[in-house]
Amino acid sequence: MWQFFHKLGSPKWFFGIANRFMPWLLAGGLILLVAGLVWGLAFAPKDYLQGNSYRIIFIHVPSAFLAQSIYIMMASAAVVTLVWRMKLADVFVKSVAPVGLLFTFLALFTGAVWGKPTWGTWWVWDARLTSMLILLFLYGGVIALDRSINDEKSAARAVAVLVLVGVVNIPIIKYSVNWWNTLHQPATFKLTEKPAMAMEMWVPLLLSVLGLYLLFGWLACLRMKTEILVRERRTRWVKELVLAGRK
Amino acid sequence: MPEPLLQAVGLECERDERLLFQNLSFSILPGTVTRVEGPNGSGKTTLLRILAGLNDAWTGDLSWCGKPRDQHRESYLRNMLYLGHRPGIKPLLTPLENLRALMAGRRPLNDDALLQALSGTGLSGFEHVPCRNLSAGQQRRVALARLLIADEPLWLLDEVFTAIDASGVEAIESLLLQRAQEGGAVIVTTHHDLNLPDMGRITLGVGPSDEC
Amino acid sequence: MNANVPVKVKAVSASVGVSQAMVSVFLRDVRVAFRQKQDLLNPLLFFTMVVTLFPLGVSPEVAFLKQSGAGILWVAALLSVLLSLDHLFRHDFDDGTLEQLMLQPQPLFLLVLAKTLAHWILTGLPLVLLTPVLGLMLHLDGNSVATLCLTLLIGTPVLSLIGSIGAALTLGLRSAGVLLSLLIIPLYIPVLIFGTGTVAAAAEGAQVSGYLALMGAFLVLALTLAPFASAAALRISLSNS
Repeated sequence: MWQFFHKLGSPKWFFGIANRFMPWLLAGGLILLVAGLVWGLAFAPKDYLQGNSYRIIFIHVPSAFLAQSIYIMMASAAVVTLVWRMKLADVFVKSVAPVGLLFTFLALFTGAVWGKPTWGTWWVWDARLTSMLILLFLYGGVIALDRSINDEKSAARAVAVLVLVGVVNIPIIKYSVNWWNTLHQPATFKLTEKPAMAMEMWVPLLLSVLGLYLLFGWLACLRMKTEILVRERRTRWVKELVLAGRK
Repeated sequence: MPEPLLQAVGLECERDERLLFQNLSFSILPGTVTRVEGPNGSGKTTLLRILAGLNDAWTGDLSWCGKPRDQHRESYLRNMLYLGHRPGIKPLLTPLENLRALMAGRRPLNDDALLQALSGTGLSGFEHVPCRNLSAGQQRRVALARLLIADEPLWLLDEVFTAIDASGVEAIESLLLQRAQEGGAVIVTTHHDLNLPDMGRITLGVGPSDEC
Repeated sequence: MNANVPVKVKAVSASVGVSQAMVSVFLRDVRVAFRQKQDLLNPLLFFTMVVTLFPLGVSPEVAFLKQSGAGILWVAALLSVLLSLDHLFRHDFDDGTLEQLMLQPQPLFLLVLAKTLAHWILTGLPLVLLTPVLGLMLHLDGNSVATLCLTLLIGTPVLSLIGSIGAALTLGLRSAGVLLSLLIIPLYIPVLIFGTGTVAAAAEGAQVSGYLALMGAFLVLALTLAPFASAAALRISLSNS
């Protein structure tokens, strides 16, 4: 069992697999995302309340989805790091944390841009936006801790503990922010609650979500490959790989 | 041959991207004193911390009385005494209070036994003086007083002779030998020129050097 | 001593019970704190000063203070706990008592729990006791002050428990204090929200027992999970030293 996991976590093995999948992830991701965005931005019908400004959801919603699911993925990898000490899981967490931060920021930014025409102000202390902001803090903490510890293995394990503590807290934070929101302002607008969305809006949204997930897979593989090369630079297979690439 | 108290097979430790040791194997038999040797930075302290169970960034196998050490952690900790670089003495507490706190989770003794141990290390008259008012050597003696009342068979001592005067060194050496004679085992690191009869050696820092 | 009596390997049962070990850890921390009384006073002074900044920096008007007082006191208490957390393991780490603690033949998470409880008794509890005085200065009415104290009484141990994880993770790192705040503040948000929300609800005359029960649930959750996370984090930090 242990041996099997060890192989599964072997960086060299991952390198081969990643090389095989990456072109598909990139191509599939780009096609879906472009199709979703073009459809959504140019052809989908106007919203009867918000006009064209609602179209930002085709970026906002996929980013928000990814921002949250990346944290969940990191937490799963953190369990693997702590229980089986699999190198690949460490590499995953370290590589995707900044990507998660980026998508969280993107979700916040598009939320703010959307807020301007909808609420007439850039920032509203809406429950969704506030939860996103706290998620941004959580990502920031993970990255800061990772960068503060010199030793790679210690950093990976410390970060894994922090990510797990964070993932236990995320539902509590969401719940309390929602409660806080109802306490302070009666729900007038909500970012997610829209009157039953038309099919013509749903399909492009679904396409862009799927596309962005695939693109994330590609980006994660790319970043993990880079991280692995740096970490394993002294091993024979990396040296051979680099030499082979030079010829 | 008696069963080894502690046995290491294929230990490997990498720290800050530097391989400290690799394929390190040894057995610590009851009745022995073993010295860990090697130049500065060769991983002596790290090895002792790994053996103590304070550092778990290593691979290989460590067994305690023939069983995997990490599955018998509490049993191991109960039978192992580790004294590190940092003496483990609170400057704000008196020697007696420090000793009491150190023993409390293992084997509480009455104050008489503790006072006797303190006077055994030459700290009579200082039992109730806060440790921050004592010299470095005296503070270390507070930690060393534990050796006089220790019932643990395995001792791991990291640089215990630091800041100790000549007569103190002699006393510690005889304590180490005594523990070995009683069927215990001692592993030490020291810069001091320790030379005991039948002393085992683990030499570090002779493996493959860093490749760049 | 007992020369030539063979030393035997002892069973774990030959060591003391864990409750006794916990009491000893707790008492040692309390004793050390009372030898260094300034460390006990610092969070209280900080608490008072932060509270003073609000009337000076925002407005001394009674209406504003009445409305914001509970929030101000909660934020100030949260920051004071955060400030004191840096000491939770640092001194023990520096003088080597932490490694001796970890080598006790006892479950580490329970010893960590004992240390965290000592931390709360020494910092969180005094803050709660000081709160009524500051509450009066912020013109809070008796009912609000009472609810506020209750929420702080349940909430500050949660702050200590969650904070112990951050303190353990950042042990021995450069600029550990700032890093500790970055890691921990997001995790403090739910406690803050419910702490202040409960006082606000009480001020409107609502029944608050449900909210207090919810905060109690936070406390139980933190009590059961945080010591494990802190113990794991301590092992990692000590491995790296």
